[in-house]
Amino acid sequence: MSDATHAHDAAHGAPHASRRTYVIGFLLSVVLTAVPFWLVMTGPLDATTTGVLIVGAAIVQILVHTVCFLHVNTQSESGWTLMAYIFTAVLVLIVIAGSLWIMFHLNSNMMPMVDVRSS
Amino acid sequence: MFDESVTRAIFGRLGWESFPFHEPILVITFAVVALIGLGIVGAVTKYRLWGYLWTEWFTTVDHKKIGIMYMILGIVMLLRGFADALMMRAQQAVAFGASEGYLPPHHYDQIFTAHGTIMIFFVAIPLVVGIVNYVMPLQIGARDVAFPFLNNLSFWLTVAGAGLVMVSLFVGEFSRAGWLGYVPVANIENSPGTGPDYYLWALQIAGIGTTLSGINMVVTIIKMRAPGMTMMKMPVFCWTALCSNVLVVAIFPVLTAAFAMLMLDRYVGTNFFTNDLGGNAMMYWNLVWIWGHPEVYVLILPVFGIYSEITSTFTGKRLFGYSSMVYATVVITILSYLVWLHHFFTMGSGASVNSFFGIATMVISIPTGAKIFNWLFTMYRGRIRFELPMMWVIAFMITFVVGGMTGVLLAVPPADFVLHNSLFLVAHFHNVIIGGVVFGLFAGMDYWFPKAFGFRLDRFWGKVTFWGWVIGYWVAWTPIYIVGLMGTTRRVNHFEDPALQPWFIIAAIGAVIIGIGIVAFVIQIAVSIKNRDKLRDTTGDPWDGRTLEWATSSPPPNYNFAFQPQVHDLDAWYDMKKRGAQRPEAGFRPIHMPRNTGAGVIISGLAAVLGFAMIWYIWWLAAVCAVALLVYSIAHTFNYNRDYYIPVDEVAEQEDARTRLLAAGA
Amino acid sequence: MAAEAANGAETREPTFYLVEDEHHHEPGGSTMLGFWIYLMSDALIFATLFATFGVLSTAFAGGPTPREIFSLPLVALNTAILLVSSITYGFAMIAMQEGRLGGTKFWLIVTGLLGASFVAVELYEFAELIHEGATPQRSAFLSAFFTLVATHGLHVTFGIIWLIVMLFQLNQRGLHPENQRRLQCLSMFWHFLDVVWIGVFTFVYLLGVLR
Repeated sequence: MSDATHAHDAAHGAPHASRRTYVIGFLLSVVLTAVPFWLVMTGPLDATTTGVLIVGAAIVQILVHTVCFLHVNTQSESGWTLMAYIFTAVLVLIVIAGSLWIMFHLNSNMMPMVDVRSS
Repeated sequence: MFDESVTRAIFGRLGWESFPFHEPILVITFAVVALIGLGIVGAVTKYRLWGYLWTEWFTTVDHKKIGIMYMILGIVMLLRGFADALMMRAQQAVAFGASEGYLPPHHYDQIFTAHGTIMIFFVAIPLVVGIVNYVMPLQIGARDVAFPFLNNLSFWLTVAGAGLVMVSLFVGEFSRAGWLGYVPVANIENSPGTGPDYYLWALQIAGIGTTLSGINMVVTIIKMRAPGMTMMKMPVFCWTALCSNVLVVAIFPVLTAAFAMLMLDRYVGTNFFTNDLGGNAMMYWNLVWIWGHPEVYVLILPVFGIYSEITSTFTGKRLFGYSSMVYATVVITILSYLVWLHHFFTMGSGASVNSFFGIATMVISIPTGAKIFNWLFTMYRGRIRFELPMMWVIAFMITFVVGGMTGVLLAVPPADFVLHNSLFLVAHFHNVIIGGVVFGLFAGMDYWFPKAFGFRLDRFWGKVTFWGWVIGYWVAWTPIYIVGLMGTTRRVNHFEDPALQPWFIIAAIGAVIIGIGIVAFVIQIAVSIKNRDKLRDTTGDPWDGRTLEWATSSPPPNYNFAFQPQVHDLDAWYDMKKRGAQRPEAGFRPIHMPRNTGAGVIISGLAAVLGFAMIWYIWWLAAVCAVALLVYSIAHTFNYNRDYYIPVDEVAEQEDARTRLLAAGA
Repeated sequence: MAAEAANGAETREPTFYLVEDEHHHEPGGSTMLGFWIYLMSDALIFATLFATFGVLSTAFAGGPTPREIFSLPLVALNTAILLVSSITYGFAMIAMQEGRLGGTKFWLIVTGLLGASFVAVELYEFAELIHEGATPQRSAFLSAFFTLVATHGLHVTFGIIWLIVMLFQLNQRGLHPENQRRLQCLSMFWHFLDVVWIGVFTFVYLLGVLR
């Protein structure tokens, strides 16, 4: 087999990237990065709202990266790529949320009365 | 002064005092180990087997040989771990009141730490990984795993970890912080010596091996099944292997990160788990149990798969409720990630947190119960053959269910407040691990040994092994349940209350009975090898099996299948036999195979030396090894010549030999 | 005759062995999925570090707090560098797909330089912090901060080393299928690190300053 067909075979099954997808992803990411930075650095909104907005922007940007840069879709590896991704996302959430929940409770029930934390 | 600083620079904190010349037990142990070691090395040299060992075994990328090597590692480490157990039982049988026993706390703590660490990481994991390695690719009709070189590397990394733990017996000290390296005991100020460092380096290195193996097995099952074998036509063992390895990939990173942070605390002075400057020791516990609970499911799931295969084969029936078995396995996999707090109910997280995890823990027993019913329904109205593997299944069902029930009891937080860290807990997990994992491993070994080696295991010594383990388990652990309920704490080397002593003596006798079982197992192997011609199986299918591994010769050729099987139904081999499939005897083609490589041995060797150097603060050596690892790994990637083809005449020769064997046996 | 019976092409009998046509598992066909699953395990390492950071994020022990030590302009610069490096790697992949070896190498070099700048800026940030006394040992918050961010930086560093090795291998064998597979893996790795960085700049830097 010629090198060209070999190259195609190797890339086959791998996601086909297009310039358009990359550029769209890039531009979206720029906006989703710049806005949070601007919100925090200039502070026009209150802290809670800002917090919610920047976390939201982060989640959206992660999804943009996932689709535009990592090319995760339902076809890749017969759906196993997406399955592994979702499974991992769930576990990441459990590890982080579970740890925060447990440790918050442990800390509030078991921390010594002397507050060594400054805020 | 000049001399001392030079010595420090060259040898780190390693010195003459690091060798336990004053500990008679250790000196004698070393002498025995050294003699056995020299004996083995001498024999291998005398019979000029180094070349053979290197080319056929150490550098192999064949999943079958790697599986066998894992089994050998696991069995050898079982002997070490069991020796620790005997020592503990002996101590606890005599150390009452005025008698302090022969193991002061300083030693006793190292022994129970080593016992747990070895049994989980270097016995259970290697044995489970070994069986999955050997059987799964054959069952899916593949020629090898997805990443054969990584498979070899994973094995040797595990050996490197085991090696470090073994070295700790004779050079320096092992950890005293329990098999999970609990802080604050493992913090640098409480354990300034080498103990936790041996533990951490050994497990980080082995852990990388296990993680890579997990990735390997998952990809193999997803990508390399024979044509026609959809996921729902896969043997149940492969489903359990898949879920177990998914868990491995999901949890070992958490342990790696937790250990890394503890290492940073110990080496660099960070404050993750310290008692001051904002550190939070409970976060360590939280993280290790996020690993620790799913880990036990990593061990038990493949064993459930073994039970499924054996039950179905020896009752001559298709497994009852295949779909529900699959769903139960997947549900267990997911739920296992939601129960970890039940290991530290008593640490003060409060009622809301405790009740969530308590309920989740009780829920997870339901799919396991479903599996037990499925096995029972498979057996119902079947024609049961009480071969040794089936005997282990029955023993498992009775023993494991009791352990599961004590687990559900412990899942109730108020009950756990009484029983946490008591011997009741210790009895519970030994109940499920021995009754579940160990019995299953023996069942699997008895079942698949003929496939791997071409001859069966001796039945008589197998029965001695069986009864030794089963009777021994019950005699050893029932008393421990009892003293645990009476309030006895774990990890204690001495007791005041003489009323407890009879129970501990019975437990010690039980341990000895298990020891008889272990000795019988070693004898079983030796006798079987000696009588292998009488025990020979030439058909490749001594049990009238149902899955594809039984379609090959025993042992299978290195390429497994001359032609890829085409699968049509569950229990593919049974389907082929039923419909009169003919084994092709001509028309062979060259077979594409991966090459052997020494890279796994070299990388793991460097990793082991790196670990040793870091443990002993020999910084120059650590730096050299780290650089060497990087350079060697990069150089290895420049090798693109990693495969070859087995020529047709070689394939034909092997297949013709099998054709003749089958004809002769018929 | 046995071969005929096995090959059910002429009759309606099912085949049990593939004697005619191998269901060819192409060499390296599993590499992408395997690497993806490795990345998922790496995601869990970062999840653990994020969780630890979250738990310890207010454990200042009387020491420096985020607002005192974080320089958002510097972080914005770093974020921009990494984001641009993501798209330059994308251009490298497009060049590879179009069979242009020179273009591939060019965009890889640009990516590598951007990655190196990222690491350099980060090292500068760390040096400044340590100089001010905000060392990893000072408090649990700082331990968690340094470890999370440095782990990410170490990954980027490994990515750069890998990229350099790829340049050598591209010189040796051009767009060999194995090289293409490796570049695909590095692509996943590189974008994954940018995803992690989104988490870092949001939860560590921005939320830290916001508190």
